[in-house]
Amino acid sequence: MTPVERQIGDVLLDASGISLGFGAVRALQDVSVEVREGEILAIIGPNGAGKTSLLNVINGIYKPQSGHIRFRGRERRRYKPAEVAREGIARTFQNVALFKGMTTLDNIMTGRNMQVRSGLLAQALYWGPALKNELAHRLAVERVIDFLEIQSIRKTPVGRLPYGLQKRVELGRALAAEPKLLLLDEPMAGMNVEEKEDMSRFILDVNDEFGTTIVLIEHDMGVVMDISDRVVVLDYGIKIADGTPDVVRADRDVIEAYLGVSH
Amino acid sequence: MDLLWLYAQALVDGLLAGVMYSLVALGFVLIFKASGVLNFAQGAMVFMAGLTFVSLMELGLHPALAGLATVAVMVALALAVERVVLRPLVNQPPIILFMATIGLTFIVEGATLSVWGSTPKLLELGDPYAAFEVGELYIVYSEFYAAIAVAALVIALALFFNKTRIGRALRAVADDHQAALSVGIPLTTIWVVVWSVAGVVALVAGIVWGGRLGVQFSLALLALKALPVLILGGFTSIPGAIVGGLLVGAGEKLAEVYMSETFGLGGVENFFPYLMAMLFLMVRPQGLFGERIIERV
Amino acid sequence: MLYRESGQFKTSYVRDQAIFPIAQDRWGLFLLLLFAAVGVPLIANEYWLGSILIPFLIFSLAALGLNLLTGYAGQLSLGTAGFMAVGAFATYNLVVRIPEMPILLAFVLAGLIAAGVGLLFGLPSLRIKGFYLAVATLAAQFTIEWVLTSFGWFTNYDASGVISAPPIVILGYAFDTAVSRYLLTLGIVVLLALVAKNLVRGAIGRSWMAVRDMDVAAEVIGIRLYRTKLLAFAVSSFYCGIAGALWAFLYLGTVEPQAFDLNRSFQVLFMIIVGGLGSILGSFLGAAFIVLLPILLNNAAVLLGGQVRADTLSNLELIVFGGLIVFFLIVEPHGLARLWQIAKEKLRLWPFPY
Repeated sequence: MTPVERQIGDVLLDASGISLGFGAVRALQDVSVEVREGEILAIIGPNGAGKTSLLNVINGIYKPQSGHIRFRGRERRRYKPAEVAREGIARTFQNVALFKGMTTLDNIMTGRNMQVRSGLLAQALYWGPALKNELAHRLAVERVIDFLEIQSIRKTPVGRLPYGLQKRVELGRALAAEPKLLLLDEPMAGMNVEEKEDMSRFILDVNDEFGTTIVLIEHDMGVVMDISDRVVVLDYGIKIADGTPDVVRADRDVIEAYLGVSH
Repeated sequence: MDLLWLYAQALVDGLLAGVMYSLVALGFVLIFKASGVLNFAQGAMVFMAGLTFVSLMELGLHPALAGLATVAVMVALALAVERVVLRPLVNQPPIILFMATIGLTFIVEGATLSVWGSTPKLLELGDPYAAFEVGELYIVYSEFYAAIAVAALVIALALFFNKTRIGRALRAVADDHQAALSVGIPLTTIWVVVWSVAGVVALVAGIVWGGRLGVQFSLALLALKALPVLILGGFTSIPGAIVGGLLVGAGEKLAEVYMSETFGLGGVENFFPYLMAMLFLMVRPQGLFGERIIERV
Repeated sequence: MLYRESGQFKTSYVRDQAIFPIAQDRWGLFLLLLFAAVGVPLIANEYWLGSILIPFLIFSLAALGLNLLTGYAGQLSLGTAGFMAVGAFATYNLVVRIPEMPILLAFVLAGLIAAGVGLLFGLPSLRIKGFYLAVATLAAQFTIEWVLTSFGWFTNYDASGVISAPPIVILGYAFDTAVSRYLLTLGIVVLLALVAKNLVRGAIGRSWMAVRDMDVAAEVIGIRLYRTKLLAFAVSSFYCGIAGALWAFLYLGTVEPQAFDLNRSFQVLFMIIVGGLGSILGSFLGAAFIVLLPILLNNAAVLLGGQVRADTLSNLELIVFGGLIVFFLIVEPHGLARLWQIAKEKLRLWPFPY
C-alpha cells in the first residue's frame, strides 16, 4: 500500500524553541520540530505530554511565550487561526468539531469558504459570477465526497451521523481547503479496527495523491509505526525523541516514558 | 447648593441606589454560579415577591406572616421552574436557557399581574422621606436601612455558602457539574435550593425597592440594570455583584447630574449603565472579579 | 400522492442548489405569491389589510433580520426595535431634509444607516459572546431610544416628539389606499426575503452558521470571526432598519420613539423562537403566529365569556407568550418551520412510509 517512490522535500514547517504555559502549568518547553514537505509525521506521547498544545500553536490558536514558526519559508508574526488557515494549514480536532446544525455537504463546503471571492451583493443576487463560483466550489467538494466515499450522507445533518462518519466528514472539511499541511488530532480515536483501517487508507491516499504533508497525533502504536515516515515523542512538554519509527521504537527514553520506569 | 455638594449628593444617592442593584444582581449570581443559567427573570421575581408581600399585608396579614407566605410562594416557584424549565433543558447551550428565562419572565409577570392586579401598591415602612443630614448631604433613612439590610444579607449568604453542608455542595456544583454529580450531589435539589434562595433575595429586594418606589410593574424593568452590574462585577462573584452595583449606581447618578448640569440633557441614567458595561466588556470581558476564560479545544 | 419527487432528476448542481429543488414546492410558492398579490387584495377588507396583513409582513421582515443575526450567526440581540427605530427616523429625516429624495432610495439609505449603527454596537462581539453580547445589544436599545427622544433634531423639532410620514409617491403613483400600501410592503418584503435566502444558502450563510455552531473550528478553517459577526450585525440591522421604516411609513403613518421599545424587541425575538431559529420560512410563520395570537385569544375570550377586561387579556397574553417560548425551546427548538418540514417529509412518503 505504501507508494513506490515518494518525494520527501525541503522543510515545510519549522517550529523552533516553542515554549507555552498556562499560569504555572508548562505545556511545552523549548520544543523544536521540523516538518518536511510530503512526509507523514506522527507525534506521540503519554496523556498531557503537550501534543495537542503543539498542534494548537502550529495552527495559531495559542501564541507561544517564546519560539519561532516558519511556514513555507515565511516567519509567522500573527497567531490568528483564520490567517494561518489561509496560508495553507488545515486541521481536525480530537473531539469532533463539526458544525452540528449543518449537513455533511455544507460542512465540507465551509472548507472552501476562504476561497470564495464573490462579494456581498453578488452573493445576495446568487447570480452570474457568484453562482459560477459557488458551483465550482461545489464541484471541488463533490470530488472530496467521492474520495471519502460519503456520497450517501451528503444531505444528512452531521449531528445524526455515527461517530466514525463524523470523523470522516471532518477530514473532508479539512481536505476541501486543499491545505499544504494537514494536522490530524487523533483521527482514529474511538474507532473500531475496520474504521481505523479505512481512515489509515484515506490518510495515506491523501498524502500520496495530493502530496499533502501530514502531522498526526495518534495513540495506536500499530497505526503510527505503519503509516508514518517519522515520529516525534513528547513527554511532559519536552521532546524526548525524533526519528524514523524503528529508531524511536528502540529509544531508551521513549520506552521509559511509556513504561514508566523510574529515573 | 454648591456644585461640589451636588455631585457629592449624587454620589451618595448613586451608592444607595447601587445597593439595590447589587441586591438584584446577587440573585443573578447565585443562580448563575450553581446552574450556569443567566436568569433573566430575576427582575420579574423581584416584582412578584414584592407585590405578593404587599398584597398579603393589605389583606390584613401580619408582616412576618406575609413574609413567610411569600417565601413559600417563591419556593413553589423554584420547584416549578426546576421541574418545567430546567430539567427538560439540561445540557442545552446556555443561550437557549437564557431565552427560556425570558419566556419565564413573561409568565411570572403575567401571573403576578393576573393574581394581584396592575395598580401600583404602596409599601408603608415608615415615612419614606424621613432623612438625616451629614454636612449638606441628605440621607434618607429607608435607603440607609436598605444598605444595612443588604450588608446583613451578604454576610448571611457568605456564612451559608461556607459553613453549611448544602452551601459547600453548591460551590462544588458551581465548580464542576459532572464532578459534583459523580460524587453524589443531587443536581436537581441544588437547583431548587438556589432558585429558592434567589427568590428570598428577590423578596428582600422587592421590599427594599417597594418601600422606596412603590411596588409596581416598572420594578421588573428597573431590575434589568442588574445586568450591567453583573458585567462589571463578573457573573460568578458575590463581591463583584456588590462592587458592580455600587459602581453602576454611582456612575449613572453622576453621569445624570453631569449631563443635565452641562448640556441640559436628562434621562441619561436610563441607558448609561448599559453603555458603560458595553465599553467595559471590550476591555475586560471577564469582569472585575470573574475568572479568566481559557478556551480549550 | 401529489407531493412526489420521483421522476424529477437533478442533472446539475445548479438544479440541486436551487431554493426549491422539488417542483411541487416551486408551484406552491408561486401560487401563494399569486394569491397574496392578486387574491388577497380582492378578498380582504381595509381592516385585514391595514391592521393585520401589513404589520404581519413588516414583522416578518424584522424577524428575518433578527433571524439572520441570532438564528444563523448565533449572536443573540435584544436591540431589534432600536435598529428599527433608526431605520424609521433615518427615513423621516432623509425625506424631510432632502425633498427630492425618492422614497424607495430613502428606505435603502435608512437601511444602510441602521446597518452602520448595528455595526457600531456589534463591535463588542469581538471579545464577548452569548448573553454578554445580549447586554451590549440592550445598550443599543436604550441608547437609541434615549438619543431619539432627547434630541429634537431627529423629529424635526416636533412638539410631541412624533414623526409623521409624508404621502408616499413612487413614479407619480400615490400609495394612499390600504391595498396599494399592502402591495408595496409585499413587494419589498418578498424581494428582501429572496435576498436573505440567497445569502444564507451561499458562502456567507455557511460562515454565519459555522460561527454559530463552533467558532473555534470556523476560525481554523479560515473564517475570519470578527468580520463574519460584524457582517451579520450589519445585514441584520439593515433588515430591521427597513422594517422600522416600513412600520412608520406604510403601517402607522405617525410614530414616536416609544413605539420601538424593549417590548417590541422581545416581540420579534419571540417570533423567531416560535417560528424557528435559523429558518427564513420560520420568520414568516413566527410573525404570523405572534400577530394572530392576540386576535385569537380575544375572539376566544369573547366566545367563552362575553366581555373580558382588556388588562386581564393582556396579562393572559403575557402568560401564553412566555409559556409558548418555553414550550418551543424544550419541544422543538427549530420552531414551526421544523414542524412544517416534518409534515412535508411525511407527505413525501405518504401513504407508503417504508
